[in-house]
Amino acid sequence: MNRIVLALRFFRRDLRSSELRLLVLSLVIAVAAVSAVGFFTNRVEQAMILQANQVLAADLVLSSNNPIADSFVQQANSLDLKVAHTLTFPSVIVHQDETQLVAVKAVSKNYPLRGDLRVRPDPTAEEETVKNPPLPGRMWGEARLMASLKLQPGERVSLGEAKFTLEKILSRDSALGNSFFRLGPEVLIALEDIPKTGLVTPASRVRHRLLIAGPQAQVENYQSWAKNRLPQGVRLEHLSSARPELRNALDRGSRFLGLAALVAVLVAGATVALSTRQFVERQSDTSAIMRCLGASQSLIFSVLLIRLCLLGLIASLLGIAVGWLAQNVLASLLSDWFGGELPPTSFWPVLIGLGTGFITLTGFTLPPALRLGAVPPLRVLRRDLGAPPASTWLLVILSIGAMALLMYIQAGDGKLAGWVLLGTLITVCLLLLTARLLVRILAPMRHRGGPLWRQGLSGLARDHNMTALQLTGFGLGILAILLLSIIRIDLLAAWQRTIPDQAPNHFLINIQPDDVNQLGKFFSLKGIEQAGIYPMLRARLTHINAHPISPESYQDDRAQRLVAREFNLSWSAQIQEANQVVSGSWWGEKNQDKSLFSVEVELANTLRIKVGDQLKFDLAGVPIEAEVSNLRKVEWDSFQPNFFVIGTPALLQDHPTNYITSFYLPPGEEASLAELVRQFPSITIIDVSAIMQQIREIMQRGSLAVEYVFLFTLIAAVLMHYAGIQASRKHRQQEAIVLRTLGLQRSGLLLAAAIEFVTLGLLAGLLATLCANVTGWFVATEVFGFQYNLNPWTVFIGVLGSGAAIGIAGIVATWPLTIRPPLRMLQRI
Amino acid sequence: MVTDHNPEQPVVKALHVSKQLDGPGGTLTILRDISLHLAFGEVTAILGASGSGKSTLLGLLAGLDEASSGDIELFGQSLVGLDEDKRAALRAGKVGFVFQSFQLLPGMTALENVMLPLELAGVKKPAIEATKALQKVELADRLHHYPGQLSGGEQQRVAIARAFASQPKLLFADEPTGSLDQATGSRVIDLLFQMREQTGAALLLVTHDERLAARCDHRLLIKNGQLEPSA
Repeated sequence: MNRIVLALRFFRRDLRSSELRLLVLSLVIAVAAVSAVGFFTNRVEQAMILQANQVLAADLVLSSNNPIADSFVQQANSLDLKVAHTLTFPSVIVHQDETQLVAVKAVSKNYPLRGDLRVRPDPTAEEETVKNPPLPGRMWGEARLMASLKLQPGERVSLGEAKFTLEKILSRDSALGNSFFRLGPEVLIALEDIPKTGLVTPASRVRHRLLIAGPQAQVENYQSWAKNRLPQGVRLEHLSSARPELRNALDRGSRFLGLAALVAVLVAGATVALSTRQFVERQSDTSAIMRCLGASQSLIFSVLLIRLCLLGLIASLLGIAVGWLAQNVLASLLSDWFGGELPPTSFWPVLIGLGTGFITLTGFTLPPALRLGAVPPLRVLRRDLGAPPASTWLLVILSIGAMALLMYIQAGDGKLAGWVLLGTLITVCLLLLTARLLVRILAPMRHRGGPLWRQGLSGLARDHNMTALQLTGFGLGILAILLLSIIRIDLLAAWQRTIPDQAPNHFLINIQPDDVNQLGKFFSLKGIEQAGIYPMLRARLTHINAHPISPESYQDDRAQRLVAREFNLSWSAQIQEANQVVSGSWWGEKNQDKSLFSVEVELANTLRIKVGDQLKFDLAGVPIEAEVSNLRKVEWDSFQPNFFVIGTPALLQDHPTNYITSFYLPPGEEASLAELVRQFPSITIIDVSAIMQQIREIMQRGSLAVEYVFLFTLIAAVLMHYAGIQASRKHRQQEAIVLRTLGLQRSGLLLAAAIEFVTLGLLAGLLATLCANVTGWFVATEVFGFQYNLNPWTVFIGVLGSGAAIGIAGIVATWPLTIRPPLRMLQRI
Repeated sequence: MVTDHNPEQPVVKALHVSKQLDGPGGTLTILRDISLHLAFGEVTAILGASGSGKSTLLGLLAGLDEASSGDIELFGQSLVGLDEDKRAALRAGKVGFVFQSFQLLPGMTALENVMLPLELAGVKKPAIEATKALQKVELADRLHHYPGQLSGGEQQRVAIARAFASQPKLLFADEPTGSLDQATGSRVIDLLFQMREQTGAALLLVTHDERLAARCDHRLLIKNGQLEPSA
């Protein structure tokens, strides 16, 4: 007989048979949870990238000191990409007799391509979001400009030969973060007004930018086209070349979502493992009858394999469809939070969904299911004979392998997946051991209480393996919920703490050594707290281990750019707060007289620098050479002055230097900046409040996304508990029939169920809470680099909540057994 | 048929068969030195008290289990040295079973349960043959009922239809009326003998019901693990 035809016939029957329902349902939920998370995170990640692109106001920017050739615009047009132009240059605004140095930004009508502009009609008004820049003849300026020139909106100012109406206060330009080194407050005008000002001539020092945005594929297409055609002096800027602190925020956001999805996978695997047992038990009869009727092992094996494949395919597709619908509803509810429609999802989550279905099925169902071929035919005469147990090693290897693979795919981070997998495995081992111990301890206790107590405890002792499986399943479900709670509450809070409310939002550079003391006095007079003042020198890296280096020495774009420019170097005896040595050791007090360098680890990796290497810099014509003593990890999003390369005081302190500092300026205190500029004219102020605001928004939206991903995992965990309770349904049904026939009342039956499930719930809760906290601690400290404090609430909620929830679930599951007449239940078995 | 009888075409033959099991109290001998023959078309009952080893013997004769010593031949082929798959191949399409607990698959309808042996035997239109078999046991109106929706007697009739659907040469019945009341049991037995009559299959019946045994050509009694002719 054609095995496929036979398998198809069986499969048609499978679809309406109850024994497969739970397995299919758990597989659908598993895939739905992972797909929903996949679809949603995919769209959110794209939205987050788009949002990050707002810093550039585009997806891609070409910038040059000369006008950008038309061919670049034509190519963008041919790829249906949106383009905008900007022109930036320093100039002076004149109002009555007062002048102010400003950074002029003239923009085309469709600026910005990504993000928006935020303005206030007057200093006291609410901030408004606008999509279009000022009209010709109008100017928007930052509050700092208004403060320094004592301007009010509506007043007229001069810029070059043209007069403008200062219409609005510019509180946020998407691309503010782009113009990091600005000399003064920014003013925004229309590009058409440039000729009237007469300020831009071929000899003027202006920066031309061509902004490009569109679908990701086309942008990448354009990027690879443009990369090889860039004339001398034209730079290509995109997100990965943007600010490191922003990249850091994005990476962390993605990792949070990955972790949340990973926990969903964990729950899914446990659900399928739980329901597989029931499936195998029920299928054993079919296999025994088939063997009796002459079916060979290989026939049973292949028919089962085909059915499982079909089952995997259909359940996965259903799960993907459910996941897609679920995330769609969510996305439409959340679109406002992400500033409009979320970008469409890619096809990748569909593959992830299919992969999850099959990997879960292979890892958790296949080993026991395939043993069904070996069910002895004698089972038809002796019911106690079942399928020989699957090889423990095969089970362990396949299920751990499947779990590890799924976690890796979901987390996209080996270290993160590794820690969570290790935490899960330890939890599973603990739960299994405890279950064995529990059955032993409970055996003598059964004789100490009344009949209900005995009945409740015998529920746990009736089947050692079932109790172990249930305890493990419940424990994993609770672990998942608690782990996500820890992530949600503690890790997100810790992440947001990395940018405290009063994190420095202004940097001062070009501070001359003579001004350092005066500046300190200025700050204390104004009550402004300084983050510390650091020496800063600019030098170019010329040699590594006596080998001369140039941009041509590297393939990597970033490496080429880094080598082509000057670095900011500093010197210090102590390591800065937001820095952590990851290789080698900090020089400390005894070695600060030696000539040593400390290099930021990502820079070191890009330029292939190791501890012990000899670096040589050119500092304004003076060569400086020293050995690398350590590599540092830098928290770029700490908003402290940070440096790629730091030297020992002995190495650098005798060279001409200036200083850098950062400080927090509360909103509305811009007048102090004007005063600062007047008192220290050589100092340059850099305002990073806009980029900080953007990072905060990424964090908030990232947190919100994690909250919703948590919701999916919660549903999966609830279903997993249902599967756990269903696993012992048959036994409970048989017992209920006997007990009710013997006259036990409904309340007695429910109380016995409560004793059984509350005991399971309390134990599972206790173990899962311990493991969740330990895993949470490892994830926080090892993966995210946060300090983790044990939250006593998780212990309280974990143990008591789990006891109550599983107890109630057990009572609810037992309820139907108490309302049907025993005879009718007998017929249903 | 009696022991040491040597008919022309034995469908099943046991020679000095013993079965021992390892239990908590040491090795337990269930059957010792059993020899018997069953020819095509013969009907034999094996009687014995509960736990006497009747079902174990049935399992050994059907090749569902391996004897500890001795030889069993099924359709002239010795089962000694045959693995589980080869023994299954020997049964395929030629052996039918009726069990005390019916052994219908709960997820399949009556029709699908009867179709199962036909599908395994590669019959082209199994549903037609299965419907005919169910008509013969007067269950034409229960084709699409699940076992849970049928009475005990009806379930056993479905099992009989399944047993005869593939026109077997040999039928094993293990306490076929054990789970039924007397009236239903009688009806089921009538049907079993009637169907056997039509197919001419050999029938080996395990029972402790003397009245049922009385309808068989031969009766054997298991006592203390050994076979002896019944009165």
